[in-house]
Amino acid sequence: MNTKARNTTAQNTPDTALARGGAGRRLFGLIRKETLQILRDPSSIAIAFLMPVVLLLIFGYGVSLNAKHIPIALVADAPDSQTAALFGAFDQSTYFSPKTAPNLPTAERWMLNRTVDAIVHLPSDFSAKLSNTANQAPVQIIVNGVDANQARLTQAYIQAAWQGWLSARATAAGHSADQPVQVASRIWFNPELRSRDYLVPGLIAVIMTLIGALLTALVMAREWERGTLEALMVTPVHLNELLLGKLIPYFVLGMGGMALSVSMAIWLFNVPFLGSPWILILTSAIFLLTALGMGLFISIVAKNQFVASLIAIITTFLPAFMLSGFIFDIGSMPGWLQNLTYIVSARYFIVILHTLFLAGDVNGVIWPNTLAMLAIAAFFLGASRRKIRKSLE
Amino acid sequence: MMWQRIFALAIKEFQALLRDPKARFVVIGPPIIQLVVFSFAATFDLNHIPLAIYNQDGGQAAQSLVARFTGSQHFEIAARLTHEDEIKNVIDQREALMVLHIGPRFEQDLDSGKPTTVQLIIDGRNSNTAAIALGYASSIVADFNAQWQQTHHLAAPPSVIVSRAWFNPNLISRWFIVPGVVGILMLVVVMVVTALSVAREREQGTFDQLLVTPLRPVEILIGKATPGFVIGMIEGGVTIFLAVHLFGVPFEGHIGTLFVGLGLFLMSAIGVGLMISALATTLQQAVLGVFLFLVHAIILSGFATPIANMPPIVQDLTLINPMRYLMIILRGVFLEGSSFDSLIDEFWPLAIIGLVTLAFAGWLFRHRMN
Repeated sequence: MNTKARNTTAQNTPDTALARGGAGRRLFGLIRKETLQILRDPSSIAIAFLMPVVLLLIFGYGVSLNAKHIPIALVADAPDSQTAALFGAFDQSTYFSPKTAPNLPTAERWMLNRTVDAIVHLPSDFSAKLSNTANQAPVQIIVNGVDANQARLTQAYIQAAWQGWLSARATAAGHSADQPVQVASRIWFNPELRSRDYLVPGLIAVIMTLIGALLTALVMAREWERGTLEALMVTPVHLNELLLGKLIPYFVLGMGGMALSVSMAIWLFNVPFLGSPWILILTSAIFLLTALGMGLFISIVAKNQFVASLIAIITTFLPAFMLSGFIFDIGSMPGWLQNLTYIVSARYFIVILHTLFLAGDVNGVIWPNTLAMLAIAAFFLGASRRKIRKSLE
Repeated sequence: MMWQRIFALAIKEFQALLRDPKARFVVIGPPIIQLVVFSFAATFDLNHIPLAIYNQDGGQAAQSLVARFTGSQHFEIAARLTHEDEIKNVIDQREALMVLHIGPRFEQDLDSGKPTTVQLIIDGRNSNTAAIALGYASSIVADFNAQWQQTHHLAAPPSVIVSRAWFNPNLISRWFIVPGVVGILMLVVVMVVTALSVAREREQGTFDQLLVTPLRPVEILIGKATPGFVIGMIEGGVTIFLAVHLFGVPFEGHIGTLFVGLGLFLMSAIGVGLMISALATTLQQAVLGVFLFLVHAIILSGFATPIANMPPIVQDLTLINPMRYLMIILRGVFLEGSSFDSLIDEFWPLAIIGLVTLAFAGWLFRHRMN
C-alpha cells in the first residue's frame, strides 16, 4: 500500500534544494495514500459522520434531565373535601401522573414494585389539624431514594404543588400566605432550563474527543502491526512528514464531523448560537488537534490495535463523559480528582461551547480555555514525535 | 471429547489475551482505577458552588441570611459586589454560578411585616447545575423564613411537610451511581475481550487455521465466550467488593441473586460482542461496532439520566438493551434488598437477549465458515 507513497517521492535526493521541493510532493503523496486508505475501508468515514448523527439524535431526543409525569401515589386516611383540594394540586401539575391508593400499605406495595416513585400521605387527623390554627397539618412524603437526584427533584416538585395549594387556600380565605422573604430567581442564558440546550453542545465535545482519538489511535497501531511503518521508514520520508501525512486527512475528516454536529445542534435541535462562527472554527480546530494528538500518542505507545483501541476507549470517551463537567459538576469533585480533570481537554472545550452557544463571545472564558487546549495539543503531538523516534532506534 | 476440545480452546484464548503484558494490564488495571475515579466524580450533589453576594442592606437580618449561605457546605463566597453592573461580569466570566442580591429595603420591609424579595441570578449554561443550585438556595431561604416566623411570633403555615426517603435516607447520589459504574465497567471489559477477539484473529489470519481444526462452530463459540465470562465475573466480584468496602454503598440483598443477574447479563453482552466480532471483517470495524454499541448501551441504560424522562419510542428501544436490566438488578440488590422473585422480570429478558444473540452469533460463525 505504500507503493503510492514511494512512487511520488524522489528515490535519491542528495541536494537539499531538491529535497525541499520533494518535501511538499512527499507529504502530498502520503496524504493521498492515507486518503485512499480511508476511502477503501468506510469505517473511518462512518466514525466521522455516522457516529455524530446517531449520537446526537439519541441524546438530543432521548435524554432529558427534565422530569415530567412522575408517577406518584396519593393516600388520604380520611378522604374529605380538604384532602381532595390538596390532591387537586397534583392532578393539575404536568410534573406528576398521580394515582389514588385506597390505603398506605397498597401505596407502599406500589413503591416496592417501582410503579410509583413517591407517596403523598395525609394522616387521618389532617383535616382536623388544618382547621385548628394551634397546630400544623402534617403531609407525609415518602420518596424512593435510589436515584437520589430524581428523588430530590420529586421532593421539590411536590413541595411546589403543596405551596401552590397553600397560597390558593390563603387567597380564598382573604389573607396573604406570603412568606417573609421570597425568592425571585432569574436564570440567564437558558431561562426555561431546557436541558437539551446544554446537553447538545456538551455532547459535541464528547463525540469529537471520541472521533478524533479513535480515528488516529487505530491508524498507527495498524501500521506497526502490519510492519508497513518500517517499510515507510526506509523511504526518504521524513518523520515530520509521516506524522503530518497521517494527521491532515483525519483532521479534515474530523472537522467535517464537527461541522455536521454543529449544524444539527443549531438547525435540528434549535440550540441558540450567540457566539462568532470564526471563534467556533478556531477553537474546534485546536480541540480536534488535542484529540488527534492523543490518539496518535496512544497508537505509538500501544503498537497494536487491540491494546490501542482499549486504551482509546478508557482514556478518551469515559473521561470526556464523566470528568469533563458534561454531566457531573467538576467543582463538587474531591480536590485530587479536580486536578486530574485539568488534563482532560474536553473540559475546556465544553466550557467554550456552552459559552459560545448560550452566552456569546466572552473573551475571559474563551481564551484561557483555548490556551489550555493548545498546551495539551502541543504536549501530545510533541510527545508522539519524540516517542516515534525513540521506538525506531 | 467435546469438552476437552472446548477447554483447550478456552485455555488458548486466555493465553492469547493475557500473553502481551500491555494487553494484560489494560484488561485488568483500568477497571479498578476507573471504579475509583468515576465513583468519586459521578455525583449530582453540588459542593462549593461559587456564590457572589450583592448586599445593599447592611442590616442584621440581611447578614444572618448571608451567613446561612456561607455556613452551607453547598456554597462558597466567590465575590462580594458593590455595584449592580458587576453582576453581569461575574456571571459571564463564570466567576460565580449564582448572585444573591439583597435590596436596600430588605430589613425595613421585614420589620414592617411586608413580604420582601431577594433576587437570585443564576448562570443557566448548565441547566442541571442551575436547577440544583436554585433548589439549595430556596431551601436555605425557607429555613430563614421558618426561623424568622418563629422568633417574631408570626403565624406558621397551616400545614407542614414531613419528608422521608426509602432505601437512601440521606439521598446520597453516590449510592446510586457506584452500582451503575460497576455495570459499565463489566460491559466495557466483556465487549472488548469478546468482540475484538475474532476480528483480531481474522485480521491476523489465525481464524482460518482454527476452522481447519476438528472444532465445530458451537465449540468455537463456547471457547471464545469463556474468557469474557470468566474475566467479567472476576471483575464484577472485585468491583462489587470495592463498592461496598471502599465506597460504603449498602448491600441489602443476597449476593447469589446478584450473581445470577451478572451471569445472565454477561451471556447477553458476550452474545452481542461475538455478533459484532463475526460481522466485522477488520479490527477497525469491530472497534467501531463496539463503540456504537457501548455508547448507546450506556446512555440508554438509565445510568445517568432516567429512562422515564425519555420519549416513549426511545423507552421502548431500551427494552432490548441488556444494560437497562443490569442497572435495575444492581441497584435493586444493593439498595432495595430486592429478592430473586422480585427481579424475575429483569432476569428473563436478559436470558432471552442472551440466547438470541448467542444463537445469531453461532449462525454467523457457521455461515462465515461455509
